[in-house]
Amino acid sequence: MLRLPRFSYLRPASLAEAVAMLADHGGQARVIAGGTDLLPKMKRRQLQPAVLVGIGHLDALRHLETTASGAVEIGASATLTSVLKDSGLARHQPGYAQAAGVVSTPALRNTGTAGGNLCIDTRCNYYDMSEEWRIASGSCLKTGGEQCQMASSSPRCWAISSSDTAPIAVALGATAVVVGPEGERDVPIASLFRDDGNAHLALGPDEILTRLRLPAPDGSRSSYVKLRRRSSMDFPLAGAAVALKMDRGVVEGCRLVLGAVASQPVELGDLVHGLVGQRLDEEAIEEVANAASRLAKPLDNADLSYVWRKRMVKEIVAQAFRQAATSQAAAVP
Amino acid sequence: MSAPRGGANGRLASESATIESATIESATIESAGGALRVVGKAMPRVDAVSKVTGRTVYADDLTFPGTIHCVLLRSPHPHARIRGVDVREAAGVPGVVAVLTGAAMPTRFGVSPSSEEEQALATEKVRYVGEPVAAVAARDEATAREACKKIHVDYELLEPVTSIDQALEVPMDEPIHAASKDSNIHRLAALEFGDVEEGFAASDHVREDVFFYEGSTHLAMEEHSATATFADGQLTVWSSTQSPHNVHRALSSVLGLPMGHVRVVATPHGGGFGGKVDPCAHEIVIAKLAMTTGRPVKCTLTREEVFYNHRGRHPVLMWVRTGVTRDGRIRAMHFRTALDGGAHGSLGAATTYYTGALQPATYDLPAYRFEGCRVFTNKAPCGPKRGHGTPQPRFALELHLDKLAEDLGMDPVELRRRNYVRPNSRTVNGLRITSCAIENVTAEVLAASGYSRRRRRDGHGQGFAVSAYLCGAGSPMYLNRMPHSEVNIEVGRGGVTVLCGATDIGQGSDSVLATLVAEELGLEREDVRLVTGDTGLTPVDLGSYSSRVTFMAGNAAIEAARKMRATLVAAAAERSGAQPTEMTVAGGKIGPLSFEEAVVAAEELYGSLGSGGSYAPPPDISGSKYRGSAVGPSPAFSFSAAVVDLDADRVTGEVRVNKVWIAHDIGRALNPLLVRGQVEGGVYMGLGEALMEAQVYRNGLLHHPSVLEYKTPLSTDMPEIEHLLVEQPDPEGPYGAKEVGQGPLLPVVPAVVSAIHDALGIWVDEVPVTPEKVLRALDSRAKGGDPRTGPRAFPMIPYPPCVKVAPPDAASAAL
Repeated sequence: MLRLPRFSYLRPASLAEAVAMLADHGGQARVIAGGTDLLPKMKRRQLQPAVLVGIGHLDALRHLETTASGAVEIGASATLTSVLKDSGLARHQPGYAQAAGVVSTPALRNTGTAGGNLCIDTRCNYYDMSEEWRIASGSCLKTGGEQCQMASSSPRCWAISSSDTAPIAVALGATAVVVGPEGERDVPIASLFRDDGNAHLALGPDEILTRLRLPAPDGSRSSYVKLRRRSSMDFPLAGAAVALKMDRGVVEGCRLVLGAVASQPVELGDLVHGLVGQRLDEEAIEEVANAASRLAKPLDNADLSYVWRKRMVKEIVAQAFRQAATSQAAAVP
Repeated sequence: MSAPRGGANGRLASESATIESATIESATIESAGGALRVVGKAMPRVDAVSKVTGRTVYADDLTFPGTIHCVLLRSPHPHARIRGVDVREAAGVPGVVAVLTGAAMPTRFGVSPSSEEEQALATEKVRYVGEPVAAVAARDEATAREACKKIHVDYELLEPVTSIDQALEVPMDEPIHAASKDSNIHRLAALEFGDVEEGFAASDHVREDVFFYEGSTHLAMEEHSATATFADGQLTVWSSTQSPHNVHRALSSVLGLPMGHVRVVATPHGGGFGGKVDPCAHEIVIAKLAMTTGRPVKCTLTREEVFYNHRGRHPVLMWVRTGVTRDGRIRAMHFRTALDGGAHGSLGAATTYYTGALQPATYDLPAYRFEGCRVFTNKAPCGPKRGHGTPQPRFALELHLDKLAEDLGMDPVELRRRNYVRPNSRTVNGLRITSCAIENVTAEVLAASGYSRRRRRDGHGQGFAVSAYLCGAGSPMYLNRMPHSEVNIEVGRGGVTVLCGATDIGQGSDSVLATLVAEELGLEREDVRLVTGDTGLTPVDLGSYSSRVTFMAGNAAIEAARKMRATLVAAAAERSGAQPTEMTVAGGKIGPLSFEEAVVAAEELYGSLGSGGSYAPPPDISGSKYRGSAVGPSPAFSFSAAVVDLDADRVTGEVRVNKVWIAHDIGRALNPLLVRGQVEGGVYMGLGEALMEAQVYRNGLLHHPSVLEYKTPLSTDMPEIEHLLVEQPDPEGPYGAKEVGQGPLLPVVPAVVSAIHDALGIWVDEVPVTPEKVLRALDSRAKGGDPRTGPRAFPMIPYPPCVKVAPPDAASAAL
């Protein structure tokens, strides 16, 4: 079997100590909570940090709080299962609950965390392979090589953002709370992600994502639809997250974010801007879904063909809009 | 006589009274007044508790004191000459005990004597990514793995051959195997039974189709693992193998040891499905390392290495041409196959013939021509996987018949029924068909599914298909006239011990042996101790492949048990004064004596108590002899029929299977619970191959050697399965039993594609059926084109002239 490389494990007593430990090791250390993304990558020698700093045991990172207005604060180390058990979250933030509920399998959701899913490494089927396979294939930009294995003339890495919860967090206008040596800072969630498969997070090596804040829905409803081959386990082949505010069938506000079609979640702001003030009928949904599909640019580095994945963006976007609209109709008395 | 009833979810079909009574009489004689007590009862496996409580000791759980760990260095190139292997740096790594290259054991081997071209560690060239080149044994696995990186192999790269088409061209650099003479063709077969041209001339309608079946791997849960010791001149290897006998022969041959100095023990198994039939490189390497170091040596493959070891389903391109009369009677069939064999022979010569052998075992073909071709490519070697060479042609044949039926405006089931083989007949290619419930499985599955009166709804469809499979290969892999399976029974103060070379790979062969011996000796299964799959202790069984074990080891066990029973009955009669003919053997009693008292009496009278039984298939199972005639004949055939119900989405192309009905001609279910497990496993594997599984390559490199990326259905993807067991005991099977390990996979794959056609009106003549392939066919139709996805043409292949084999004459055609 594949075995882990050697590493030191540090168990800080506080968040401040965790930050200090990261700073001490200057980029050689990584934080670990659930480890469901990190450990398999270490076994395949994609990542070989000398030091792991455990944060899963810190109470400060495990809280989950829903206010009466429906605003939610989720500790980065809260497991996806614990998030799913929160009835307030499910009621007020259905899109986020849908996304958390389709991450991998029940067993991995019991271990994997909310913060971990936001931050998971980008994926590529030239990269997520064993060391021996990558030697046979030739190393890529993400493993220190000179060229992208998928697009040999590309100057950049095209590994795919494969988080289910990141697109919906962006659609909801969430805020990430990050702590570093200089203290705490709030980051609009969209700014946490970068369009670079090889450096997809705007986090310093000594910074830790501590919390995710989802604003009160204020009458808007959200939904997330995931495209995948099988009914469990698989990473998204595409994802569509929608946050929708309507008044008597007319759109008041709307955000649409695609997942797994680029190295970061892709918000289609201009596209949905035109929906404001419109009735959200099937024709409007069809139009926006078609346009989203045209804009999506999945590449040939994930399961099934990128042609099919692009075509399916239309279907999942339409489905996400229908779900959000239905859920809003149901929520309004 | 009351027949045993199936499990709660099984259903018994009407039984043929004549076959049944004849069989029961010969099978159970007068024991227990004729009623079966153990046979036919739905019971858990004999090793179920150990397995589900984690107490079973699998190969990887074995670690002897002082064990060193072996890791294989594998080729990163699909095709290259080896100019040199420098192991000096690796040998100097602290903790390394030994480094091995192929020079230490250059003898070539292969599971089939006709394809002995493998070396445990390649010496001259590598032929696929993942081929073993060198090995390190060290104090732990991590050290061995790191040391492997310090072995320097000097490769001269050669142009890789990665497709059937490319393999049929003149090799660019050199052929993959020098023995195949400036070509990458491994094997050609061309056979003609009856006058095919005359048949076509007499047909009212002739149709041709081309199909492709993608390769797939076994994906057993347990990775291969083995440990070897060498002490006092005796080599012992414990391995998760399906055939300790095959490993035994390869070790003896490559290492130059007499068979009597080698012992191979098959450990409890985490699944084989054909992937552990071949002797493997790591088994030979650890044996050699144990001999050179004197230490126990262990090797467990990673999941990725299992993908490279492979021996899985061959990708096969197929062309079929059939002539029929207006009323749907087949007059002639011509079937061509081209197999992508990967880098080595494995059992591929047999696989090639299997792609042509069983078409006449379901349909009565008056004239049949088969041309097969297997090519070498620079990919992991293909070999036997559940159904061995028959799921591919079954897929093609069943869909081809659907299309023929459409051409004729005939119901596809009716077309098949008009051509079904008959019980007690001989096929055009000489196969002896005895018990045959093909009509019954058809009737059962149609009745249960409501196929013929299904309601129409957009995107919803049902598909029907039927198939046949062997109950054991009629010929051994290497030519000999010895028994295929042997069983010894020892009885004494230690109880009853059954010794048999058969290997329980999860199919339940240990449970079958215990069941049969318990039935014969009037005991319970718990009273029977089993020693199996150990070439040093048990008499031979050829291995767990070709669905042979229940039939062959089962018959051997019955023979041995009956001899032992006769001995015990004689002793009990002498001791009690009762007449042997009046004695019943049941409920732990031999006549008036308890079983233990009878054993004491027998031991006092006769001394040591042992009995033996053996089985070899009867000689009349095959017809004329010709090259390839060893493939196909079997002492019995099972028949399966399936109906698949699914929804296919015309927008996304996604397919959701709602339910599978499967009827299987089991002969007799010795243990309906185990039968059900095998049926469901076969359906599962069939659905995987129909919809997802693909062992495919990109630039000569296996695309996804991991269980996350190699897609196979999850439990959440599985539909409901309704299984229907048709019990018409086979006259030669143990208590009438036939196989179930492989047959039920076969009809599932074509039935899925047929149901997609029913749902959307398109043909996807290529598995796996991905959503994209469905959409491609729909798009094609929308543009006024062919409503079809699939291969367009079959390549030109230099088949030799057909060997013409006369069909059996009328007298022998009806047995």
